[in-house]
Amino acid sequence: MDAITGNGKGSDAIEVRDLRRRFGPQQVLNGVNLDCPRGRITTIVGPSGCGKTVLLKHLNLLLRPDSGRINIEGLDVTRLSNRALDEVRKEFGMLFQAGALFDSMTVFDNVAFPLVESTRLGRDEIARRVREMLTNVGLEGMEHKYPSELSGGMQKRAALARALIRNPKILMLDEPTTGLDPTRTGSIHALVRDTQQRFGLTVAMVSHDVPQVFEISDRVAFMHEGKMRLTGTPAELTAANDPVFSRFLAGKAAGEGRGAGAL
Amino acid sequence: MSRIEGTIERLGALAIDNLVALGNFVTFLATALLYVLAPPYKPRLTIRQIRTIGAESFFLVALIGVFTGMVLGLQGYNTLRRFGSEGALGTVVALVLVRELGPVLAALMVTARAGSAMAAEIGSMQASEQIDALTVMAINPIQYLVSPRVVAGVLSFPLLTCVFDVIGIWGGYVIGVGLMGAPGGSYLGGIAQNLTGHDILSGLYKALVFGLVVMWVCCYKGYHAERMATGVSRATTEAVVLSSVLILAWDYFLTSILL
Repeated sequence: MDAITGNGKGSDAIEVRDLRRRFGPQQVLNGVNLDCPRGRITTIVGPSGCGKTVLLKHLNLLLRPDSGRINIEGLDVTRLSNRALDEVRKEFGMLFQAGALFDSMTVFDNVAFPLVESTRLGRDEIARRVREMLTNVGLEGMEHKYPSELSGGMQKRAALARALIRNPKILMLDEPTTGLDPTRTGSIHALVRDTQQRFGLTVAMVSHDVPQVFEISDRVAFMHEGKMRLTGTPAELTAANDPVFSRFLAGKAAGEGRGAGAL
Repeated sequence: MSRIEGTIERLGALAIDNLVALGNFVTFLATALLYVLAPPYKPRLTIRQIRTIGAESFFLVALIGVFTGMVLGLQGYNTLRRFGSEGALGTVVALVLVRELGPVLAALMVTARAGSAMAAEIGSMQASEQIDALTVMAINPIQYLVSPRVVAGVLSFPLLTCVFDVIGIWGGYVIGVGLMGAPGGSYLGGIAQNLTGHDILSGLYKALVFGLVVMWVCCYKGYHAERMATGVSRATTEAVVLSSVLILAWDYFLTSILL
C-alpha cells in the first residue's frame, strides 16, 4: 500500500482524520480516515447512501464537518475562514455529478468562466487557453453550443475542461460517469487517466462504476456506513476477501446483469 | 406531565426553528448588501439584471399603467360628477397613482414577471449544483447572483414606478377628458397645482423599499430551494406569495410613516 506514496514526495495531498458529520438523526460521516497520495488517483466506492458524495463535499469545503480534520497540502482547511478557503479552492478543480455547467452560457463561456471571473488575463489569452483545453478533452468545434445541445458525455467533458482551466493541483470528481453508457464510461475513464498523467494531478474521485474504475485507480477506498472499511490498491481490496466488500461487488455485478437483461 | 413536557418541547423547537429561519433571512440580505460594497466590482452583472428586471418589464408596467389610469379616469369622473367636482379629476388620478397604486401595482407586476423567474432560475441553479460550482471556483455565489439583483431591483423599481405613473395619468386623461368630457385644462392644471414633491418622493421611497424586499425574498427563496424539481416550483410560488404579501404590508407601514 505504501509503495504508492513512497515514490512521490513522501506525503499525501489530502489527509482526512476522524471526520464526522451528522444530518438530523443520521450520522452520515462516522469517523472517516482517508489519504489521497499526491499525483495519484484515489477512488472512493461504496453502496448508495454510504456518504461518498457528502465526503467529497467536505473535501472541497462545500460542507463543514462537525468534527475531524482535513489537511490539504498540510493545511487544516476545516479551520480556515471563507476568504482563506477561497485561496485554497483556487488549487481545486471539481467535476459535479450532473456537470453543473451554467446552462445560460455557451461551452466556451462556461470553460472561460473561472478565468474571466478570477484572473486578469486578456481576452485573447483566455480564448487561446479555452480552445487548447477543449481540444484536450476532445470538444474542439463545440465552443458555441449550449450545454443543453450536448450529449451527456460531452457535457462531462466540457465540465472537466472547466474544472481544469485554472491548472488545479487537485481534481475532485463526483461520479463522472453517471448516466453514461459503458462505451462512454470507458472513454471518460481514459480521459481522466490521461488528464491526470499529463498534468500530474492528485485526483479524488467518487464512483459507482465498480469494478471498471479499478483499472484507472491507484488507490481505492471502500466506504461503508459512514467510514472507510477498506483502503488499498485495487488488487489489495480484491484480495482482502472482506465479506461486505464481496457482497458489494457481487451486488454490482448482479445489478449490471439485470440492466443488460432489461435492454 | 410527559404530554405537557412534549408539547412545550415541540413549541420550543418550532419557535427556535422559526427564529433560526428569520435569522438566516436577515443575514442573507445583510451579506448581499455587504458584498455590494466589497470588491471585485462587476458592474456588468448589475447592468444585465437592470435589463432583465427593469427594461424587460417596461411594456408590462406600461400596459398595466395605462389600464389603471383609464379605470381611474372612468371611476373618478363618475364619482366626482356626483359632487360636481369633475375639475378635480386630474388631481385625484395623479395622487392615487403617484402615492399608492403606482409603486404597489408596478412592484406586484415585476414580482410576477421578474421575481418569479429569478426565484426559479436561482432555485434550479441550486438544484443542479451550479451554485456549488461557483463556490468551488472561489466565486462567492451571493456576491455573484444576489447582490447585483438587489442593486438592480432598488434602481429599477422607482424608475418603473415613474413609467407607471406617467402612463397612468395619460390613460386617465384619455378616458376622463377625451371620452367622458371632463375639462382638460383643469385635469392638467390640477396636477401641476396639487401634486407636491413630497407626494412624488413618498411614492418613490415606497418603490425603493419594494425593490429591496422583492429581490431579497425572491433570491432568498430560490437560493434555499430544495434540490429537486418540486423544490424549485415551491420556492417560486413562495417567493411570489411572500413578496406580494410583504409589498402590501410594507405599503401600509410606509404610508403611515410617510403621510
